Amino acid sequence: MYSEFSKGIFKENPIFIILLGLCPTLAVSTQVVNALGMGAGVIFVLIGSEIFVSLLKDFIPARIRIPSFIVIIASFVTIVDLVMQAYAPSLSRSLGVFVQLIVVNCIILGRAEAFASKRRLGESLLDALGMGVGFTLGLLLISAIREILGAGTITLFAVGSFDGVIRIPGLSSQPARVLALAPGALLVIGFLKALFNWMEMRRQARAAWIVPTPAPAAAAAAEGAPALQGPSDEGRTS
Amino acid sequence: MSYIGIIITFVFINNFILTQFLGLCPFIGVSRRTDSAVGMGFAVIFVMSIASLATWAVYRLILVPLNIEYLQTISFILIIAALVQLVEMVIMKISPPLYKALGIYLPLITTNCAVLGIALIGVRSDYNAPESFVAGIAAGLGFLLAIVVMSTIRERLDREWIPKPFRGVPIAFITAGLMALAFMAFDKALLKNLLG
Repeated sequence: MYSEFSKGIFKENPIFIILLGLCPTLAVSTQVVNALGMGAGVIFVLIGSEIFVSLLKDFIPARIRIPSFIVIIASFVTIVDLVMQAYAPSLSRSLGVFVQLIVVNCIILGRAEAFASKRRLGESLLDALGMGVGFTLGLLLISAIREILGAGTITLFAVGSFDGVIRIPGLSSQPARVLALAPGALLVIGFLKALFNWMEMRRQARAAWIVPTPAPAAAAAAEGAPALQGPSDEGRTS
Repeated sequence: MSYIGIIITFVFINNFILTQFLGLCPFIGVSRRTDSAVGMGFAVIFVMSIASLATWAVYRLILVPLNIEYLQTISFILIIAALVQLVEMVIMKISPPLYKALGIYLPLITTNCAVLGIALIGVRSDYNAPESFVAGIAAGLGFLLAIVVMSTIRERLDREWIPKPFRGVPIAFITAGLMALAFMAFDKALLKNLLG
């Protein structure tokens, strides 16, 4: 049961592994607070629509399932949009049209079609939560890199006398501003994806190297540190 | 804003892919070969111009008079989905060669953020009917320009040696980032200088 939740965060992280839902990710990733707001919106829409799809799956004829899913998703997106306009007007302004564009986010329709339309309510709920949290973490990572390097600040919610902006000494006076502009988003996600590919390749190379060895202990004794990491790594993935 | 201004804005200054990141999925997915990129680009122009006109009509003639503007997300996405199906059927009947060229790209366009994006941006910018139509065409042209340039770059990249982790999607993103950097030369000041 737990794995339904955790797979969305690590193994099938929607942004980096499946690379879905890029459009809303990049445009709003200029500030950390935008990422938090967008993440909250996506989590709400994912949970709401996966619950409804999971409950209604037996009543929706297969031929019109995609339009039905889209209507369900669009209803929840409208709720998020209206709530945000009412209670977080400044966030709503800075996210702009991208709140409404959650409706065409491939993650949500993809999960409704691939998971919630086939599974029970509890599993769908955990899947939605995991995917939503994974999406938010990925978005947070991108926007943190862009904001810290591109503006030298971390913008959070304003609470009391704290205006919500953490300035990083040294960086905020001379930031690499290109990262905060449009090209920065594409460059950051390109390099991050390459980093994740490299980590995955290294993990596979290590797994392939350790499997054919008949006695891991002997190899460990002969080769030292790398082999010591090998078995534990293999144990984690299996 | 004049029509020329709208065209320059959506093709160069606010290029949908390179500055707004709308329509990135097909941009990365279909830009491997130039011929398919051209097909996708024209399919997008076609659907975007019709969709922005249709959503303008529904918003101004139905949603605003009835005071139900909050239904715009739901109605727009349904209009776009229905429109894509309709366009597909009409093209299949009228021009089989065109259907052969664009057909496989049309279903992909329904969930293309760019189409819903131009509809919503048109409403937010208070465009009238011809302005929305021109904006749709211009945004589609911007998409065509970006995806064709990207596909020609990627065809050349295929023959180069690239470090293994960067192959495929990562190098495509970095290429797009460098293209976006070049497009930053087009800004509001350019528009002001051109149109006075």
